[in-house]
Amino acid sequence: MIPAAFEYHAPKTLRQAISTLRKYDGEARVLAGGMSLVPMMKLRLANLAAVVDLGRIKGLSFIQEVNGGLSIGPMTTHYDIESSEVVQRISPILAEAAALVGDVQVRNRGTIGGSVAHADPAADLPAALLVLHAKFSIAGSARRRIVRADRMFVDAYTSALEEGEVIAGVHVPAMPPRTGWSYKKLANRASRFAIVGIATQVTTDEQGVCTRARVAITGAGPAPTRARTIERYLTGKKLTPLNITKSATRAIAGIEFLGDVHGSPEYRKHLTMELTKQALTEASERIR
Amino acid sequence: MKINITINGEARVDDVEPRTLLVHYIRETRRLTGTHIGCDTSQCGACTVLVDGLAVKSCSLFAVQADGSIIQTIEGVASDDSLHPVQEAFWLEHGLQCGYCTPGMVITLMQVLERNPSPSEAEVRRGIAGNLCRCTGYQNIIAAAMRAAGSSKGGNQ
Repeated sequence: MIPAAFEYHAPKTLRQAISTLRKYDGEARVLAGGMSLVPMMKLRLANLAAVVDLGRIKGLSFIQEVNGGLSIGPMTTHYDIESSEVVQRISPILAEAAALVGDVQVRNRGTIGGSVAHADPAADLPAALLVLHAKFSIAGSARRRIVRADRMFVDAYTSALEEGEVIAGVHVPAMPPRTGWSYKKLANRASRFAIVGIATQVTTDEQGVCTRARVAITGAGPAPTRARTIERYLTGKKLTPLNITKSATRAIAGIEFLGDVHGSPEYRKHLTMELTKQALTEASERIR
Repeated sequence: MKINITINGEARVDDVEPRTLLVHYIRETRRLTGTHIGCDTSQCGACTVLVDGLAVKSCSLFAVQADGSIIQTIEGVASDDSLHPVQEAFWLEHGLQCGYCTPGMVITLMQVLERNPSPSEAEVRRGIAGNLCRCTGYQNIIAAAMRAAGSSKGGNQ
C-alpha cells in the first residue's frame, strides 16, 4: 500500500517546523517516529498535504535528571526509555510501560512525544505519564505553554495540542519515598496495544498507610484516564489484599467502556478490575 | 527528492518520491528482494532491516527518512564464505518452513542477541513478538535462536 502523495519537509529547528506547520493550516502533520502515522497514511486514513519530519532536528532526543525527576526529549524512543538506567531508577513505571510498547522494531523508532501527541486510546505511555503527574512543554507560535498529563488526553486520537503546536519536552517529577509502581496490560496479540492497561503508583507512610494512590486506565474507553474513585478509596487505608480487592471493584466507576472486535464493554470492565488488583498488589509489594 | 543511502556497504544517490516506502526503495530501486513484504500493515516484520544498527520495519518508514543512513539487509548478513551465526543456526535447526519470514526473523534476532547475548527462551519469544511466521514454525525458530545464542536450552540437538 502506498500513501497518497504529500510534500515532505525536514526542518533543522523546532521554530522552522512550527512555521511550516502553520503554513499548511491544519493540512500538515508532524512525523516523529512514524509508527502510527505512516501506517495510517498507507491505509489512507490520513491524507495530508504535507509531512513535517522532526527527525533532522538536533537535540530533541535526551533523558536528563532534573531536581530528582526527569526531563525527556520528545524524540526519545521507547527503547531509549526502557533501557535507560536513569529512567529505571527515577521513574521505573515509565521504563516498564515503554518496554511493553509494540515490539522491538516499533520501540526502536516510536517516540514518547509521538505517543503522547497521537493520543491513541490504548497507548501505554499515556497511562504511565498520568500516574507520574507528568507535564508537557508545548512549543507553538506564541510562548511555550505547559499542559498537565490529566489535561492532555482529551479524546480518542485527540490531545490538547492545538494546530501548529509541537511537544518540546516531557517533565516527570521525582518519585516520593515509600512508593511502589506497576503497569499491567492485556495486549492485543497482533498490534500489542492494550485491550486494557492499568498503571499505578502508590505511596505509604511509615505505618504502611496509603498517603497517595494513583491509578490510570488505558484501552478501556476513548482516552487514557485516571480512576479517581479508587484513588480516593485507597488513600488513608492500608494496602491489604482485602482493601486492594475492594478498591479494584471500584475501578470501573465513572469510566466509559467501549466495545469492539477485541472485547465487549463487559469484558473490558472485568479486565479492568482484575488488572487493577494485580497492579495494586505488585505495586504494594514494591514499596521501598 | 535526492537521497543518499548506503546498503550493505554500497552507497548510492537516488531520486525518490517522498511517499516511497523504504521497503519499496530497497526492493525496487536497489533490487534487493531478500527483504520481504508480508502484511503491509506493519505487523508481520518480514521487511525488517537494520537502519544505523537498529531493527526497523522498512514498510513503516519513508525512504527519505533514511537519507544519510547506513542499512543492512539480509543480503549483507553473510560474509563471502560463511553464514552469520544466526543464519547458521536457522539452517542447523531448520528454523523455517516456507522461509518467507526468515529474513526478518534473522535480522530481528541479530538485534535481540546483540542486546542480550544469552537470553532465556521467554526473552527470545518476546524479542520476536514483532515477527510473524504464518507456517507457525516457531518451535524451530526459537531453537535456532537459542543455538545462535550459544545455549542448548530449547534446542533439539
